[in-house]
Amino acid sequence: MLQSIDGSPQTLAAPAEYTPYLKDGTTVMSWLNTRDHKRVGVMFLVLVTLGFFLGGIFALAIRIKLLQPGPFLYDAMTYNRLFTLHGIVMIFFFMIPAIPSGFGNFVLPLMIGARDVAFPRLNLASMYVYLLGASLALWGMIHGGVDTGWTFYTPYSSTTTTNAFPVILGLFIIGFSSIMTGLNFIVTVHTLRAPGMTWMRMPLFVWAVYGTSIIQVLATPVLGLALCVVGVENTLHFGLFDPTRGGDPLLFQHLFWFYSHPAVYIMVLPAMGVMSEVICAFSRKNAFGYNMIAYSSLGIAFVGFFAWGHHMFVTGQSSVNAGIFGVISMLVGVFTAIKVFNWVGTLYRGSISFNTPFLYACGFLYFVVFGGMTGIALATVSLDVHWHDTYFVIAHFHFVMVGAVIMGFLAGLHYWFPKMFGRTYHDGWGLVAGSLIILGFNATFIPQFLLGNAGMPRRYYEYPDQFQALNVASTAGATLLAFGLLIILVYLVVALVSGKRCEQNPWGSKGFEWMTQSPPSTHNFDVIPTITTGPHDYRTHTHSAAFGVHHV
Amino acid sequence: MNEFFRKLLFLPEQASSFAADVDHLHYFVMMTTVIMAAAVGLCALLFFAIYRRKSEAQTTPHIEPTLMIEAAFVSVPLILFLLWFAVGFRQFVEQDNPPADAIDVYVMAKKWMWKFNYPDGPNAVNVLRVPAGKPVRLLMTSQDVIHSFFVPEFRVKKDVNPGRYTQTWFTATIPGKYQILCSQYCGAGHSIMRGEVIVMPPAEYEAWLANLKRGIPNTQDGTPTPIENVAANTSLVEQGKRIAVEQGCVKCHTVNGERHIGPSWLDMYGRHEKMKTGEMITVDEGYMTESIMDPAAKIVDGFDNVMPSFQNKLAGPEIAALVEYMKSLQSDTVRNTPSEAPLYAPVH
Repeated sequence: MLQSIDGSPQTLAAPAEYTPYLKDGTTVMSWLNTRDHKRVGVMFLVLVTLGFFLGGIFALAIRIKLLQPGPFLYDAMTYNRLFTLHGIVMIFFFMIPAIPSGFGNFVLPLMIGARDVAFPRLNLASMYVYLLGASLALWGMIHGGVDTGWTFYTPYSSTTTTNAFPVILGLFIIGFSSIMTGLNFIVTVHTLRAPGMTWMRMPLFVWAVYGTSIIQVLATPVLGLALCVVGVENTLHFGLFDPTRGGDPLLFQHLFWFYSHPAVYIMVLPAMGVMSEVICAFSRKNAFGYNMIAYSSLGIAFVGFFAWGHHMFVTGQSSVNAGIFGVISMLVGVFTAIKVFNWVGTLYRGSISFNTPFLYACGFLYFVVFGGMTGIALATVSLDVHWHDTYFVIAHFHFVMVGAVIMGFLAGLHYWFPKMFGRTYHDGWGLVAGSLIILGFNATFIPQFLLGNAGMPRRYYEYPDQFQALNVASTAGATLLAFGLLIILVYLVVALVSGKRCEQNPWGSKGFEWMTQSPPSTHNFDVIPTITTGPHDYRTHTHSAAFGVHHV
Repeated sequence: MNEFFRKLLFLPEQASSFAADVDHLHYFVMMTTVIMAAAVGLCALLFFAIYRRKSEAQTTPHIEPTLMIEAAFVSVPLILFLLWFAVGFRQFVEQDNPPADAIDVYVMAKKWMWKFNYPDGPNAVNVLRVPAGKPVRLLMTSQDVIHSFFVPEFRVKKDVNPGRYTQTWFTATIPGKYQILCSQYCGAGHSIMRGEVIVMPPAEYEAWLANLKRGIPNTQDGTPTPIENVAANTSLVEQGKRIAVEQGCVKCHTVNGERHIGPSWLDMYGRHEKMKTGEMITVDEGYMTESIMDPAAKIVDGFDNVMPSFQNKLAGPEIAALVEYMKSLQSDTVRNTPSEAPLYAPVH
């Protein structure tokens, strides 16, 4: 744990008077022109939340159409634009930046005992670049839209008559935001750790974000390149992917998945990091198998680069390729399984309190185990032949990727809310909304697993009648899910305005970020702390109970 | 047992030689998934029940896994996953290597139809006839974008790429009709790009093939046509109607006035249409013919440029027949009952 210079085992004594970062300048300009990693993090959180609700509205529009097997509400081209928008907005506007750029920005420097990230200006710039890219993509979506699916498969995307170019350009620009954030975190972790914070004393969230940053920096340029060429092909009629101009349509898929498969771990790894923190904090235990969890983050980041071919088992890939990509995909599963076992191991002989963040941690464990194993099932090549491009795949990646990110995001939001704003929310409502979301998520996607088994292909505007019952069930589940999210929106806004003020460390957590004030001052620490043990060391006791922690 | 799991998991009928094998692996994989998920969940629940927080001042011991536990954490999932993989990969290799005695059928996909060519036989659109119990190899290519040939009952799927050939094969076991679904997104008509595999008992299939070789005319779906039906004096409109169905025109153009992917043909002839460019056009024989041959030339406002060209695919008389059919679709000729609308709008 963190100690002050005199070596006292308790938290750093907060000075009686300090200026929280929220009060250090209250004008709009003081936010828009800030260098404070915490303010950038909060602004990112607002932006990604907007993206999340926008993507959610598209999802509901799709689900409502699918109540009917025939044409209904709007036409096929509108449907194609809607599922493309849903995918692009959720993945590029929400899931990729949500945890690293939002929470990563806020807590990573606090966790390693730094006053800020290594490049504060670059950090602010990454937010504006994100905003620019997102605005451009949104503009393109409104003016003509794009109907290629978020995967932009050629030659469909290089011949579509919809307005693909501005959207592609927007995503190209957003990629830079991702690279900037990743680069910033890598340098920060390498250079700004507090004295005594060795690599093996770093919080597991930092390890996860570090692994993520490596992927962001190495993989994003490949997507940028591929999208750039599609854009050029679409407007200037180059022939790199279009066979009528001598190109190779499968080349695009290789380039695309070389980024987009690791991108899955850009989304999931940070969520895993949040889980490591939340599970330790609410079971008051050191992470069981800390080394294994930390190294498996790097393992996933590394192996994730060589698994992309499992998206292409039915494209005509040779058996040898399929075999190699299949085995490598199994390894990703093994790294994930290691983490899961260690999280469960962390609960052993702990002191568990069931609060809202812990509920999301339980949901996360379930989604990752079930969603992850269906992923391994999909990498079992002969099974993929039947499941490929059906709703089974949709359900699988919504479970493991979306389920994990939403659980991680909401767990982080509820765990760090007092840290960020110095206020508490209503834990009862938190548990109600969380239960609704987990229930609604299952009700939405379990029918979709079955639809995939039954053989319903994805991206179908009209579908054979026998699939209707399961589609109706799925739409009902989605409604429940939306309702749960609205409840959260309401009570968190209430908490933000009038929530009860809490003390520095309401959870009694020994995560390093809690050892400074909540909300922290602009420069985080009055004295840079010296670290003497690993994070979440509960051999000595910290007290706190602002949340009415449930004990028996 | 097999039927119980198949229905539990909503899997379709097993109508090919490897469907049952694939499904058995499917059951095994799903069972281990559920067991593992339950084991992890129960373990967590158990720990939660035992180790609930007793007091706010409670401290906990520092515990780290032993080497044995670490080894178990790595090896248990690794062995399990590799087992799944080994079985699945063997099946995949089998699916990837067609037997030498397979019947070949060439498949051409385009937006949004399937065309089947038998080396010594007919062409068929959207209907693939195969004998039960014999391996059939499909050699597939696409004329425009990527499509994917999927028959759920056979557990068979393969992408159909432009500019290259892919192959897949199956042995259908149960005579009947099975839907072909396109499973790779291909635009406005993706979800209606459906065809049909008709699995015939071998004797029936041989008879059908023999008929074809004797030169008996057949329709586009490969059904032999009774001679008397091919009357030379069929009207152009009748012929046009048949062509519109065979070529898949009516998948995108309705004949009842409803809006779909393309403009409805009802009352189209003589209509004044606004083009994307803003230009106004009267739909006449010339415009109709141009739009069949070069659909992108003049697009009606509000519709997308998604129609494939039929240049070199339809003979002159066939286009004439199509145009005649379109011209025949006038509201007053299609309606065969008296109008039910009131003569005057009711006054309130």
